[in-house]
Amino acid sequence: MDFYQTDLSQLHADLVNKKISATELTKETFDHIEANDDQVKAFLTMNKEAALKKAAEVDAAGIQDDQLTAGVPLAVKDNILTKGLRTTAASKILENFNPVYDATVIEKLNANNFINVGKTNLDEFAMGSSTENSAFFTTHNPWDLTRVPGGSSGGSAAAVAAGDVLGALGTDTGGSIRMPASFNGVVGMKPTYGRVSRWGIIAFGSSFDQVGWLTRTVKDNALLTAMISGNDPHDMTSSVKEVPDWAAQLNDDTNVKGLRIAVPKEYFEGINDDVHDVIKAALDHLESLGAIVDEVSLPHTKYGVPAYYILASSEASSNLQRYDGIRYGFRAKDVKNIEDVYVRSRTEGFGEEVKRRIMLGTFSLSAGFYDAYFNKAAKVRRLMAQDFDNVFKDHDVIVGATGATPAFKIGAEIDDPQTMYMNDVLTVPVNMAGLPAMSVPAGFSAKNGMPVGLQIIGKAFDEQTVYNTGYVFEQTTDVHKKAPKLGGQN
Amino acid sequence: MASKITEQQVKHVAELAKLEFPEDELGKFTTQLGNIIDMFEDLTQVDTDNVEPMTSATDRVNVMREDKAVKSSKEETDALLKNAPDTDDGYIRVPAIIDESEDGE
Amino acid sequence: MNFQTTIGLEVHVELKTKSKIYSPSPVEYGDKPNTNTNVIDWGYPGVLPTLNKGVVRDGIMAGLALHAQIAHHMHFDRKNYFYPDNPKAYQITQSETPIAHDGWIEIEVNGKKKKIGIEEMHIEEDAGKNTHTSKYSYVDLNRQGTPLIEIVSKPDIASPDEAVAYLEALRQRIQFTGISDVKMEEGSMRVDTNISIRPIGSDKFGTKTEMKNINSFNYVRKALAFEEKRHQNVLLSGGTIAQETRRYDEPTGTTVAMRTKEGSDDYRYFPEPDIPDLNVSDDWINEIKSEMPEMPGERRQHYVKDLGLTDYDAMVLTQTKEMSDFFEAAVKDGGDPKRVANYLMNDVNSYLNDNHVDLPDTKLTPANLAGMVKLIDDGTISSKMAKKVFKGILNGEEPNAYAKEHGLVQLSDPAQLQPIVDDVLANNAQSIEDYKNGKDRAVGYLMGQIMKQTRGKANPQVVTKLLKKSLDAQ
Repeated sequence: MDFYQTDLSQLHADLVNKKISATELTKETFDHIEANDDQVKAFLTMNKEAALKKAAEVDAAGIQDDQLTAGVPLAVKDNILTKGLRTTAASKILENFNPVYDATVIEKLNANNFINVGKTNLDEFAMGSSTENSAFFTTHNPWDLTRVPGGSSGGSAAAVAAGDVLGALGTDTGGSIRMPASFNGVVGMKPTYGRVSRWGIIAFGSSFDQVGWLTRTVKDNALLTAMISGNDPHDMTSSVKEVPDWAAQLNDDTNVKGLRIAVPKEYFEGINDDVHDVIKAALDHLESLGAIVDEVSLPHTKYGVPAYYILASSEASSNLQRYDGIRYGFRAKDVKNIEDVYVRSRTEGFGEEVKRRIMLGTFSLSAGFYDAYFNKAAKVRRLMAQDFDNVFKDHDVIVGATGATPAFKIGAEIDDPQTMYMNDVLTVPVNMAGLPAMSVPAGFSAKNGMPVGLQIIGKAFDEQTVYNTGYVFEQTTDVHKKAPKLGGQN
Repeated sequence: MASKITEQQVKHVAELAKLEFPEDELGKFTTQLGNIIDMFEDLTQVDTDNVEPMTSATDRVNVMREDKAVKSSKEETDALLKNAPDTDDGYIRVPAIIDESEDGE
Repeated sequence: MNFQTTIGLEVHVELKTKSKIYSPSPVEYGDKPNTNTNVIDWGYPGVLPTLNKGVVRDGIMAGLALHAQIAHHMHFDRKNYFYPDNPKAYQITQSETPIAHDGWIEIEVNGKKKKIGIEEMHIEEDAGKNTHTSKYSYVDLNRQGTPLIEIVSKPDIASPDEAVAYLEALRQRIQFTGISDVKMEEGSMRVDTNISIRPIGSDKFGTKTEMKNINSFNYVRKALAFEEKRHQNVLLSGGTIAQETRRYDEPTGTTVAMRTKEGSDDYRYFPEPDIPDLNVSDDWINEIKSEMPEMPGERRQHYVKDLGLTDYDAMVLTQTKEMSDFFEAAVKDGGDPKRVANYLMNDVNSYLNDNHVDLPDTKLTPANLAGMVKLIDDGTISSKMAKKVFKGILNGEEPNAYAKEHGLVQLSDPAQLQPIVDDVLANNAQSIEDYKNGKDRAVGYLMGQIMKQTRGKANPQVVTKLLKKSLDAQ
C-alpha cells in the first residue's frame, strides 16, 4: 500500500468494500516500515504482534461504515500512554515503563478499532526541536537522512513522511507538532488548548500541552482530529464546546475569497531567505485566490521564546518531580538511602536537555526569583494573548512561516541550546495563547530542496477556518503530492 | 538583579531539583544556564504594570466532580504494585528515610 | 524582665467525604496498604486531578462555622517538595487564594472570654503514610489525597491555656458541622504550633520555634508551656532563640530540636495549571449556610429555654455533637428531656468512660433509651429494674420486649396484689400490733415481705396504698 496514493476516506472505502483486508493492510504497513525504518528510525517500539492480532479481529468482526479508522494502521508518539505497550517518553527513566491505563485519545481510537502499529521517537519528554534529545537514538529526516526531522514529534512526522502510516499522533507544547510537520513536508495540527483531553499524555507544560495529528493531507487531519476531540471528565481543562465536523466543510466549494489573512511583520524577521521566498509565494498564491492579505504586528513576539522557556520549564520542573525512582520507572542501583534514590535515579535517568529545563524551571520558581521570572513571564504571556485578540478583531487567520529555517543537519545545533530554543520563535506564541494552528507543506527550499511549512493560526476553537485555509492551499498546489525518495522505496 | 547565575546557585537549585552535576561539568553548565537566563532578562524590557499574570489557557471555570467513591479492583492495585521497583507485603519499599523534616506534611 | 507570649496554631482537619479531594478513590481507614489507591494517587505519568465538589462545600461550611469570609474567586497552587509519601512531589493546596479568611472563635479561660482571630483556611490534600524501620521505609498511599482543611490562627493566643481552649472550641465547632470526626488520636485533627516571646511592651515579635504534629491537647499544653519557659530561660541568661522546628518528647516532657535540611523549605509555589479557577456564588454560600447544623451555643439555648434543662446540663450535653444529636433524637422519640439528660450524663457517660468507647461505637440507640425512660415514667418498670433494662439496651435490646422477657415488669394491678397483702398481714399479727402502736417501721417490714413474695416486682406505690388501706381497716 502506497499511502502517498490514497487517503483515509479512500482507504476506509477500500476496507469496507473488502478491496483490501485490515490484515493485508497491516502486513504491508509493517513490510514498508521494516524496509525503511533502519534508515529513518522513526519508531521506538513496534507493536507488530498485537497489531496483526487486532487486524484479524477487525476483519473477523467486519468493518463498520461509521468507524473511519477501523483496520487503519496509525502510529502514536511515545509520550502517549498505551496500556500494556511500553511507553518511554524517550527517557531512560521510563525505559521499561508499562502503562496500566490508556490515554483518553487512545481509548477513543480503540473504540474506533484503529491499528496501533507502534510508538514513535521524540525528544526526551518532548523537550527539543530535533529528536536528538531522545535517550535512545535520533530520528532521521526522510527527505535527507543527514538532517533532523524536527521535534519533538519527529518520529511521528518522519513516519508519515516516509509513507509508513497515513497519520501519527503527536503532542505540541511549543511547536512540537508543527515544526516537525514543516521539516518533513506533512500536515500538523495543534488544536485549541482544551480541545483534546490530556489524560494519559505524559505532562511537560500542563498549560501548553495539546495532542494533535501529523497527517499527509488536511482532510485526513480534520477527520482524525475530530475523532480524538471533545470533553473528558478526566481532564478539568478540557472544553465542553461542541466538536464540529470540520471535514464535512472541506470540498470543492471551499474557498478563501474574502478571507482576511493577517501576516505579522515580526514573523518575517530573522527567517532564512529560502523560507521567506516560499512563504511569500504561498501568500501571493492565497491572495490570487481571493484572500485579503494584510500586514499586522504582534509586538510581543520576540519575548515569546524567553517567556515560554520560563513558564514551560517551570511547569516541567514540577511535573517531572514524580520521576523519583519510588513507584515506577528507573531506580538507580546500590542506593543507600532515600536521598540516593532521588538524586541518583534522577541524575542517571534524565538526559542533559531535560535536566537543563528542570534546572531552569526550578530556578525560575525558587525563592527570590519567582517575581522576576515566573510571574513576569506569566504577565508577558497575557500580553501575547492580547496581541492575538487585537489582530483577530478584524482578521480571520494569521499566516506565516512555521520555522525560520528548513530542517538543519543532525548535530548542527545540539551543543547550543540557546540557538536551538530560538527555532521555536514562530511556534511558541500560539501555545502561549492556547490557539489552534496548523503547518501545511508550502514548498521546498531553493537552496537544499527541503520542505518548508506554512503556519496557519486561528481564533480559539475556530479550527474550521484553519482547516479551510490549509485545504484550499493544498488542493490548489502540488506540494503535498511530492514524496521523499528514500532508499528506492517510493 | 545580577543576570549571571553562580556555581553556588546552580548547586542550590540542583539540590531542590534532586539532581547532581559532576564538579568538572559544573562550570560549563553554569555558563550555559547563565546564557539562557540572560535571554530571560529580555523580559525586563516589557512594561507589565497592571498586567494580570496568565497561568492557564483553558476556557473553563468551576469544574468539579460529585463526591462519589470508586474503589480500584485488586487487579488494578496489583498492577500498580507490580510496576514499583521494590515492594513488600503491599507496601512500596524504599531505603530508610533519614531526614525527618517533611514528616507530617 | 517580664515577657508576653504569642502563639500561632495551624490545625489540619481531615474531611469525611466519600472520595478523595482530587481522585475518586474512597476515603477509608484501616484497609490493607495501597488498596484505596488508583493511578492518580500514585502520581502516574499522564494523570490529572479532578476536584471533589464535596470538599469545596465542606471547606465553605467550615469557613462559615468559624465566622470567616468565603473567597468568591480562588485557584489552587502547587507546593513542591520530595518525600516518599508525596507521590507527585508536589501537594495541590491553596496558597494565594485561601477558601476562607478573617474568621474568629470565642474562647473562655478562667471565666474570661476572648475572641481569637483566624487568619485563613485552605483546602488541600493529605499525604500517604511512611512506616520506618532502621533499614527501610514502607509507603502506603491509602491516605494520599484525603481532603484536609488547614486552619491558621492569627497571633492572638497569649498562653498555653488559651491555645488549648482555642483548640477545644475549634474542634467543637467543626465537629458540629459534621464534616470531620476531628479526633486527634485518630489523626483527623492535627496540630502544628509556633511560639515566641517578647518583653512586655515591645512591638517586635520574638523569634519563633515550631512544633509539628503534637498528638493530644494535653501535650499541646505541656509542650507550649515547656517552650515558653525555655524561651524565657534562654533570653534571661542572655542567649538567643534559634528559629527551628522542635519535637515534643512525651516521655521526658521536653522539646528537642529536629534534624532538618537547610534550604529544603523552598516550596516553589505556583498556580496549579490542571485545575481551572473557581468562582463561588452567594447563592451557593447561602445554600450551604441553610444546610449547616445548629452550633453548640444555639443548641444550649434551646435545651434551657424549651426543654427545661439547667445551664450545666445543656453544656455537658453539647460537649460533642454525637451526645447532643443523641439527646435530641431521644427527646424526639418521646423521652422526658430531664430524665434522658440524666441518663446520658450519668449512666451512659460512666459506661463510655469505663469501657473507653464512643457513643456511636455502642449499640445504644436514642429510640431504646427513650423507650426505657417511658417505661419508668408510666410505672411499667421500677428504677431498680431500669438498671437491668439499661444493660439490655446497651446491647441493642428493645426495652419493652427485654423487660417482659426477663420478667422486669412491675405488678401494679390491685386485684393481683390484694391477695398477697392479705396473706402477708395474716401471717404477721405482731406487725399489725406495732403499726397500731404507732411504730411506722412496721410498714417497712411488711413492704419488704410483700416485695419478697413478689420477687421485687410489686409496684411500691400501689402496694403502699393497698397496705395502708388494709392496715387501717384492721
